[in-house]
Amino acid sequence: MLTLTDIRKTFNAGTINEKKALNGVTIDLDDGDFVTIIGGNGAGKSTTLNAIAGVWPVDSGSIVINGKNVTGLSEHKRAKFIGRVFQDPMTGTAATMEIQENLALAKRRGNPRGLKWGITKREREEYHELLKTLDLGLEDRMTSKVGLLSGGQRQALTLLMATLKKPDILLLDEHTAALDPKTAAKVLELSDKIIEENHLTAMMVTHNMEAAIKHGNRLIMMNNGRIIYDVKGEEKKKLTVNILLEKFEQASGSKMNNDRILLSKGETD
Amino acid sequence: MNTLTTFVNSLPGNISQGLIWGILAIGVFITYKILDFADLSVDGSIGTGGAVAVMLITNGVPVPVALLCSFVSGCLAGLATGLMNTLLGIPGILAGILTQLALYSINLDIMGQSNRPVSVDKYDLIVSQRYVMTQGNEITSVVIQVLKIVAIVAFIIAVLYWFFGTEYGFTIRATGCNSNMARAQGINTKKSTVIALVLSNGLVGLAGGLLSQYQGFADVNMGRGAIVIGLAAVIIGDVLGTIIFRKHFNFVAKLAFTVVGSVIYFLVLQLVMLTGLPSANTKLFSAVIVMIFLAVPYLKKAAKTSFRRAGKNAEKVTITTIDEKGATDNADTH
Repeated sequence: MLTLTDIRKTFNAGTINEKKALNGVTIDLDDGDFVTIIGGNGAGKSTTLNAIAGVWPVDSGSIVINGKNVTGLSEHKRAKFIGRVFQDPMTGTAATMEIQENLALAKRRGNPRGLKWGITKREREEYHELLKTLDLGLEDRMTSKVGLLSGGQRQALTLLMATLKKPDILLLDEHTAALDPKTAAKVLELSDKIIEENHLTAMMVTHNMEAAIKHGNRLIMMNNGRIIYDVKGEEKKKLTVNILLEKFEQASGSKMNNDRILLSKGETD
Repeated sequence: MNTLTTFVNSLPGNISQGLIWGILAIGVFITYKILDFADLSVDGSIGTGGAVAVMLITNGVPVPVALLCSFVSGCLAGLATGLMNTLLGIPGILAGILTQLALYSINLDIMGQSNRPVSVDKYDLIVSQRYVMTQGNEITSVVIQVLKIVAIVAFIIAVLYWFFGTEYGFTIRATGCNSNMARAQGINTKKSTVIALVLSNGLVGLAGGLLSQYQGFADVNMGRGAIVIGLAAVIIGDVLGTIIFRKHFNFVAKLAFTVVGSVIYFLVLQLVMLTGLPSANTKLFSAVIVMIFLAVPYLKKAAKTSFRRAGKNAEKVTITTIDEKGATDNADTH
């Protein structure tokens, strides 16, 4: 479903701020794979997702989604194949537009847009039913501006928007990091449900080791722009936070440096 | 009493002028409010619209066709700004300034001189100052003339209401609100930015075409400060509309109130001039008006929360401890 081959990206090449963000990332995702990605600060987790989404062109390597080479396509052209939820709840929605208008925008992802109505009556009914499934009462506020929603509500809505038109791949970039623990758990639960029900292929960056272990069928650990550990199936189910930390030290030759990961480990112990 | 009579007599004229500038203000609304792009091309494109209309009309082209060409000429100006911004990476404000400057020369080229008259006696103009004068015209005919301009404005608002309700209109709104989100939803944000600028400047060009007919000439300086008048209209309309409609201040009302804001601007300007402001100072007046309206929201917020206030509050709470410590500190240093 998604094949990354030897992806490389250096930011600010030739300057004092040069940063080799991706040093040959190769991933092959099967249809229906749900991968969680963890790693230290600056490991290249979000950078990998941005490379797939086409936020900037990669220096070398190829990105193939569902048999189509998208490496040379710009961000908005690639959007046809990709659903995204971002870390910042503000990023995924248009605050000054209505809830139903945001959904209507998402419904047309990847389709040519012309002078037909931006939202139809039938869509309104469809969205009303869809919003009910979130159980947040948003179905009664469809004409409210999204800017009035809380962070959790916005992330739930963004999830719905990202999957309204079934994407070939769903990218979740620390999408619960900005939420309080209770809301984060709810949004994670919803992500699981949507991915399972629609049989989606998904990648989720997280700083929460417990979450990375609990969710998905595959786990990837990154360090210094490389994949240092890749585990799936039965072996993944047996993982614990301590095994992960051990694996990290083995593979990278250093201690885990991500405070947030270590802190979140403390929270759950 | 005399002043009042003058004001009442000038009402139809000022309302007409406000309505025509209201079309420009709607153009500014599209870029400033919807696209979130401070487009300064406006100062040039209104002149281009005026120059094109006058040259075509005086060369025998039917007035409606000339107006259409004014619209198209404005569109081209917007296209220039848009391409500079999206293809060449020039910041929006600077791209607008470059277009505005270039248009000054282009407008001179179009007219061949700095000022060109178009006489209402010779040509069948759509609007004219002459039609709305209270002296020499039947009152009903004056009202009809003003209503004609209202109809033009209403037509424009209706078309824009339709356009911004379409799929394409949605892409422009999304681009202005959150371009990251727009791209993630498959929207070509560069294209929608250019389209919005084209549409906006097209309306400004149209306003220029109407204005030159209204005043009976096109002038190379007619657009100087136009952006500020447009902004004044947008802001006055926004403030007023928010007070009246509160939560129900919808899109049509926003467009309509932008025009209302423009009319109010010209009425207030007239009042101020009647109290003795020399006409040379009108630009100063518009700059001050816009400054005040832009500053009020900021100052309101600052009044609620500021470091000065925080400092004062802190003094009240810890006045005794700080005082004692501060006194000894000062004694040490001096």
